[in-house]
Amino acid sequence: MNHVDRLETSQLILLSGLGFTCFIGIWYGAVYFGWAPKIFLPMPHEVIIKIINLMNEPFSGYTLLMHVASSFQRYLYGFLLAIAIGVPLGLLMALSNFANKVITPIFDSVRFVAPIAWVPFAALWFGTGIGGPILIIFMGAFPPVLINTYRGAIQVDKKFIEAAKMLGAGKIRLMIEVLFPAAIPSIVAGLRISAGLGWQSLVGAELIVASSGVGYMMVKGQASIQTDIVMSGMIAIGLIGLFIDVLLRQAEKLAVNYREN
Amino acid sequence: MADIIFESVERSFKQGGKEFLAVGGINLTVADREFVAIVGPSGCGKTTCMRMVAGLEMPTKGRITVAGKEVKGPGPDRAVVFQQFALFPWKTVYENIEFGLKSMNFSSTQRNEKIIPLIALMGLEGYEKAFPHQLSGGMQQRVAIARAYVLEPEVLLMDEPFGALDAQTRVVMQEELVRLARKNPKTVLFITHAVEEAVYLADRVVVMSRRPGLIRDVIDIKSVREKEGWDNHPRIEDVMDLSSFVHLRSHIWRLLREQNLGVDH
Repeated sequence: MNHVDRLETSQLILLSGLGFTCFIGIWYGAVYFGWAPKIFLPMPHEVIIKIINLMNEPFSGYTLLMHVASSFQRYLYGFLLAIAIGVPLGLLMALSNFANKVITPIFDSVRFVAPIAWVPFAALWFGTGIGGPILIIFMGAFPPVLINTYRGAIQVDKKFIEAAKMLGAGKIRLMIEVLFPAAIPSIVAGLRISAGLGWQSLVGAELIVASSGVGYMMVKGQASIQTDIVMSGMIAIGLIGLFIDVLLRQAEKLAVNYREN
Repeated sequence: MADIIFESVERSFKQGGKEFLAVGGINLTVADREFVAIVGPSGCGKTTCMRMVAGLEMPTKGRITVAGKEVKGPGPDRAVVFQQFALFPWKTVYENIEFGLKSMNFSSTQRNEKIIPLIALMGLEGYEKAFPHQLSGGMQQRVAIARAYVLEPEVLLMDEPFGALDAQTRVVMQEELVRLARKNPKTVLFITHAVEEAVYLADRVVVMSRRPGLIRDVIDIKSVREKEGWDNHPRIEDVMDLSSFVHLRSHIWRLLREQNLGVDH
């Protein structure tokens, strides 16, 4: 990021602390001055206590960590499925103009349908089984994987493709040994975007088509007007999202190093 | 008999809606195991000529045959050494050299048997597991040449292979290429804009003119080289001091300069 004013690390910590304090302050204020009824907005310390409680006491059948594990498992399946289909398909589209012309129109018309819009079908096809959330995560995570793989692969320096062809490489080897490694930095950048989108879609999906998971826990909390549980779920979602992003940011750094070498 | 024959080869490009002729009517035969260098001003279409032999571009008119077969596309029977090396940066030296052999379905042991002596010949021992970016320009070009040679192609196409090297490395590589080419002759088409390099390496030098790219003249070097005993001098600078060398070099320079005057003034 390029800002006009550059900051020292100590200033940075101070400022983010300031922002956070203000946020908590306004939150307390809202409850204290009665802007929001106490029953609908828990106090921050109540939420923290609730999170600690939820670690040991099951809610809707599971403890918080079990809900998180359940969400994360679905997320991983959906995300891996998006990678397993998106990367080869993106490479194929880059390799073959024919494949590109066949796939692009379908893809372009489907990708503007929000992942959550698949919830009715997810419910009809899979009920509250694991298939529903996976379908929705897939719909969220798939487009960035495909687009970034394709873009990365068509931007591969032509000299590598020509060299591989002169060395007798067929289409499959060209895809696996040239397009794929050359597109890795772009693919990893796409994974970071799709990881975020997939995670957001998942929790949306769990609000409707699941019988466990963080989203499910929140819906149950809302039903019994336990807003501290809803808020605990939101904090869990935020923290895990941040964790995934930090992880993939590291992967992105590795990929950029790899490209520069 | 791996000869290269250009039969009335033309190549035109579309630029801004207008068609222009990059290569206009080339007739040339490169004999089996002959080393032919093409020199010419930039934009004369010499690289296009090489790319058409490689099968990376197609002639608009006429045809090119290699060993009697018309060129329809790229393939490992014609190895190319590119100016920018085009080594795969994500593969080690060994894997780069191995790439073409894998296409030809050699077993891992067979591949190893072919690669090891070549690595020794090119002075790359100890660098098998290095990645291209860890090597100097000269070393990278040795890998690129090894990657082409390992396929034992009958035809070798080189597009300004030493153009990106510094002067000293360039001289070393030129001497090594002469040694390789004399010991194990192949049909070579060598593109360069350096006249001295062409005279030093080639059996014949083709001088091209530009817009459209045409053959201006073909100069026989081999007969002079053999008569004057150039190959008895191991060092390039000794060959370049010989009056027979100087004479040929100046002759080609004059040919190039004449057409530049004709075009630019």
